[in-house]
Amino acid sequence: MLDIRGLTASIGDKPILKGIDLTVPAGEVHAIMGPNGSGKSTLGYVLSGREDYTVTGGSAMFNDADILAMAPEQRAAAGLFLAFQAPIELPGVNNANFLRTALNAIRRAHGEPELDAVQFLKLARAETKRLAMPDDMLKRNVNVGFSGGEKKRNEVLQMAILRPKLAILDETDSGLDIDALKIVADGVNALRGPDFSALVITHHQRLLDHLVPNRVHVLAHGRIVRTGGPELAKELEKSGYAGLIAEAA
Amino acid sequence: MAAVTETLDTVQSVTQSGYKWGFETAIEMDFAPKGLNEDIIRLISARKEEPEWMLDWRLKSYAAWLTMEEPRWARVDHPPIGYQDLHYYAAPKKKAGPKSLDEVDPELLKMYEKLGIPLKERAILAGVDPDTVENTQIAVDAVFDSVSVATTFQATLRKAGVIFCPISEAVREHPELVKQYLGTVVPTADNFFAALNSAVFTDGSFVYIPKGVRCPMELSTYFRINARNTGQFERTLIIAAEGAHVSYLEGCTAPQRDENQLHAAVVELVALDDATIKYSTVQNWYPGDANGKGGIYNFVTKRGACRGARSKISWTQVETGSAITWKYPSCVLLGEDSVGEFYSVAVTNNHQQADTGTKMIHVGKGSRSTIVSKGISAGHSNNTYRGLVRMLPGAANARNHTQCDSLLIGDQSGAHTVPYIESRNLTAKVEHEATTSKIADDQLFYCRQRGLSEEDAVGLIVNGFCKDVLKELPMEFAVEAQKLLAVSLEGSVG
Amino acid sequence: MSTGATGFLQRYEDAVGRLPGDSALRAAAAAAFREAGLPGGTQGRRIEAWKYTSLRPVAEANFQVSPRHEAETLLSGLTLLDAPRVVFVDGVLRGDLSVLPAVSIARFADQPDFGTLTWPDREPMVALNTMLATDGVALNVPAGVDGGIVQLVSLSGGQGDFHPRHGIRLGKGASLTVVEVAAGQGAYLLNTVAEIHVAEGAHLTHIRLQDEATTAFHVSTTYADVQAGGTYDSFTLNLGGRLSRTEVHTQLSGPNATAHLNAAQILAGSQHADFTTVVSHAAPSCSSRQTVKNVLGGRSRGVFQGKIAVARHAQKTDGYQMNQALLLSPDAEVDSKPELEIFADDVKCSHGATVGELDAEQMFYLRSRGIPDAEAKSILVRAFLAEALDAVANETIRGLLETAVEQWWERQKA
Ligand SMILES: Nc1ncnc2c1ncn2[C@@H]1O[C@H](COP(=O)(O)OP(=O)(O)O)[C@@H](O)[C@H]1O
Ligand SMILES: [Mg+2]
Repeated sequence: MLDIRGLTASIGDKPILKGIDLTVPAGEVHAIMGPNGSGKSTLGYVLSGREDYTVTGGSAMFNDADILAMAPEQRAAAGLFLAFQAPIELPGVNNANFLRTALNAIRRAHGEPELDAVQFLKLARAETKRLAMPDDMLKRNVNVGFSGGEKKRNEVLQMAILRPKLAILDETDSGLDIDALKIVADGVNALRGPDFSALVITHHQRLLDHLVPNRVHVLAHGRIVRTGGPELAKELEKSGYAGLIAEAA
Repeated sequence: MAAVTETLDTVQSVTQSGYKWGFETAIEMDFAPKGLNEDIIRLISARKEEPEWMLDWRLKSYAAWLTMEEPRWARVDHPPIGYQDLHYYAAPKKKAGPKSLDEVDPELLKMYEKLGIPLKERAILAGVDPDTVENTQIAVDAVFDSVSVATTFQATLRKAGVIFCPISEAVREHPELVKQYLGTVVPTADNFFAALNSAVFTDGSFVYIPKGVRCPMELSTYFRINARNTGQFERTLIIAAEGAHVSYLEGCTAPQRDENQLHAAVVELVALDDATIKYSTVQNWYPGDANGKGGIYNFVTKRGACRGARSKISWTQVETGSAITWKYPSCVLLGEDSVGEFYSVAVTNNHQQADTGTKMIHVGKGSRSTIVSKGISAGHSNNTYRGLVRMLPGAANARNHTQCDSLLIGDQSGAHTVPYIESRNLTAKVEHEATTSKIADDQLFYCRQRGLSEEDAVGLIVNGFCKDVLKELPMEFAVEAQKLLAVSLEGSVG
Repeated sequence: MSTGATGFLQRYEDAVGRLPGDSALRAAAAAAFREAGLPGGTQGRRIEAWKYTSLRPVAEANFQVSPRHEAETLLSGLTLLDAPRVVFVDGVLRGDLSVLPAVSIARFADQPDFGTLTWPDREPMVALNTMLATDGVALNVPAGVDGGIVQLVSLSGGQGDFHPRHGIRLGKGASLTVVEVAAGQGAYLLNTVAEIHVAEGAHLTHIRLQDEATTAFHVSTTYADVQAGGTYDSFTLNLGGRLSRTEVHTQLSGPNATAHLNAAQILAGSQHADFTTVVSHAAPSCSSRQTVKNVLGGRSRGVFQGKIAVARHAQKTDGYQMNQALLLSPDAEVDSKPELEIFADDVKCSHGATVGELDAEQMFYLRSRGIPDAEAKSILVRAFLAEALDAVANETIRGLLETAVEQWWERQKA
């Protein structure tokens, strides 16, 4: 599904990712953990094509396509979804509108018929309901005046509606209460299947309890310094990153 | 909701770029000779079969115009206008005036069909709610170059006591009303272009809503410049008597031509006690090509007088067209507790120039005004908001709030804000805020990450930016306006 | 002596040849002034830059050389800082009254350098000054030097007209605080022009306290050019004058330059004060900040015109301007024109303006606590002004300004 080799990237002249090797097979959920500033968000942005990040080396293949060569919207159409660590506000842009435009753009790219307003609303309402979110979430402007938790939930709602093949969740669980955390986990679990993979960036074992990742990777100073099974996360919860990083250095 | 989603569909379906309304209609025309002098004015007056007093009024205006100079304070730039090089009268050839739609030249009907203007008398189902069908009927007055070619729904309106007819007809049929109000809001010598209009205006709409009447449908005028080398000088006069209510829509297009054409209209609104006039414009005159060749000079004087207590005049405009826009729909708030509103979206692209805004003159106690202006500049264009808020000594407890936002797309355009705030009453309160920004990179990226193309993302964000204005438009117009915004900005990104 | 523009021009004709400095520049300025006249002095032509202020009273005044007055008495009545001061009496430097600073100072008359920064052809009052200036001070702070505080005191009297010409030059990384104080007695005209060069990384704090006689005319035009990383931090307090116009043109010429153009105008009677500024962002990544407050009593009229202009290449500009007016009387008037002129897209520019009276609820609250009406007013007015005054970082100087406000307030009660 996702195959990253020797990926290096910088912001301006500052190298951030210093050689990432990571493979996420189809159907698997991988967790990425690591200290603040280690480059986790950068990895998500680079994979989804944010402009201020320059790829300086390596490759990233997504279902055998070179995603690094694609425009952000082409990557989205190919099935890549990034749940932003800090979701962006779009004043005056209605959430339902936004989502329908996005969904239809992606459907168009696949040669699928677009959904009309009625079909879309039916789908969107079903998803909000399933995720136990209030209906008015759809009526409000994208992330404007949302609390931190609401913004994160809105990202999950978008993911549920756009049904990506690869979801990157960047600290989507941070700042959420226990119920909301469950919603995020349910959101991912609902999509789970042989054609869906996820990269879950998190600091908390609690989310991983619900998700049970196939692999856990530790990112530090722009490199993956350790990879293990779900037990690695538990170990980190106890001992912290410091030992690990020292060991790797 | 329905309007918005429908819009998005339409925006996506608009694939061909450029101005879609630029076709020309081949119609046999009756022209006045080029040039302007007293004889031309007499000729216009004669063609309109006007009474003597109207001709005198025109001639006086003409005399005033001769002593005036073009205003130079606006941030617009154009070569000298050859006022003697224009036809001041152009009308489709006809036998007698069309008494019913059946008599209208089928070529004309075809053109309006093409423009999407409903001249056929049928209910227009724009909304989804069948209960509102009654309200979504629109009566249309269609003005083609110098004359009104058709006015629909006249009978229905007459039953309600509403007069809605071409102004030339009103001069003949309702001279007492026209005499009482014409030129009382925009005096003949108000400014250079208003004086010119007063001398040579050819047609436009007249609306009178009698006391206590809520106009049973939206009224609308559709302006079309078709002929070459003609100026369009329409004149609109709307009077809402005590307690009356009316919503009026105005739309405009013109063929695509290399030459610049002059459009100098005057609109006067009068609202008496407890009356409300809502005036909405979607201005889409031909803006010129990508290199700034051709396009309409849109030099318009629009003013409303809130004469009565608790009267209200609300201007909403979406300005996407014209090579140059010079336009300040204003309110003179005379009545106690009267209300003035100005909601504006002005988009400029390529080499367009817009200098637009409003004046809110507070005279009456407790008068209130709201100004919301959204300017979007792209390409090599310049977009200026110019607005005056004046609190006169009698305007006790008057209020104004102004929000003025500019959005720049690309680094070759200009966005300017020139507010004038004057207060001579200590109990009056004025608040003004203005911002200038561009579409944030992270907003664009966020949209694109969700699968939107850059152009769609810009369209969406711009529509969001304009939401506070667009929501003031009647629904059918809001849809049209959103489409226009996207089309006007085509080619401005990437 | 004749009046109006012709009077000034006649004086120039009489003095030409005896005036110090570049005579070609003087002649050009005279030509510009002859063409423009005094703003509002002649009927008809309207200048947008002078939309709300007419110098017709100046045109109609009959200025004449006045007998020497007791400058010492005026000086002793002023509250000044314990710092060097350069004192001008009727526009002429008076060494005997001055305490000269350590920084290099020169008299304009000895070293007349007309600036590259001024626009006599655009600003008629600058043309007038350029045509007639005979004295002024040139302050030069060499690179890296802290010039401390220098006070520029102007004392005027009688019915004369005075046109001092100042120049301030800060070398790279230099710093200086200039405190200008203007006061006087009579129906004179003071028409000052200052040219200021702030080099890379230099920092100029410029405080202006205008407390002229309420029968006098005060016109002051400043041009400041700020190079990369430099700061021009100015505060103007206008209390006096029958008619005053303070005009500041700041150009941010190098990246990361900063300008603060703060001001407060407190007026009563039939005073008219106009604070007009232009900040030109001519380089990327510069920032400008402005807080301007008007407090208007009696039949006074306060004017603020503030333009932020951003050039095409001045990306990442950060411009902000706040302008507020408080009307204390039913006959007072405020006119405000904040203006944005923007040609670069990646900028953050905004302005806000409010006009109103004292908050009725706040007044009631204070009075319900037993504070008399007049005092409650004064408390709220001072709170309103504080926001602008707080921008003056130096506490001693802020104290000086607060004292001036206090004295103004006392004078109104009397
Ligand atoms: N726009 C930026 N400009 C410069 N440095 C940045 C920028 N964004 C992030 N960085 C730096 O890149 C590094 C990695 O950041 P990030 O990927 O956000 O870390 P994480 O998500 O692991 O906390 C940090 O050192 C951060 O300071
Ligand atoms: Mg992060």
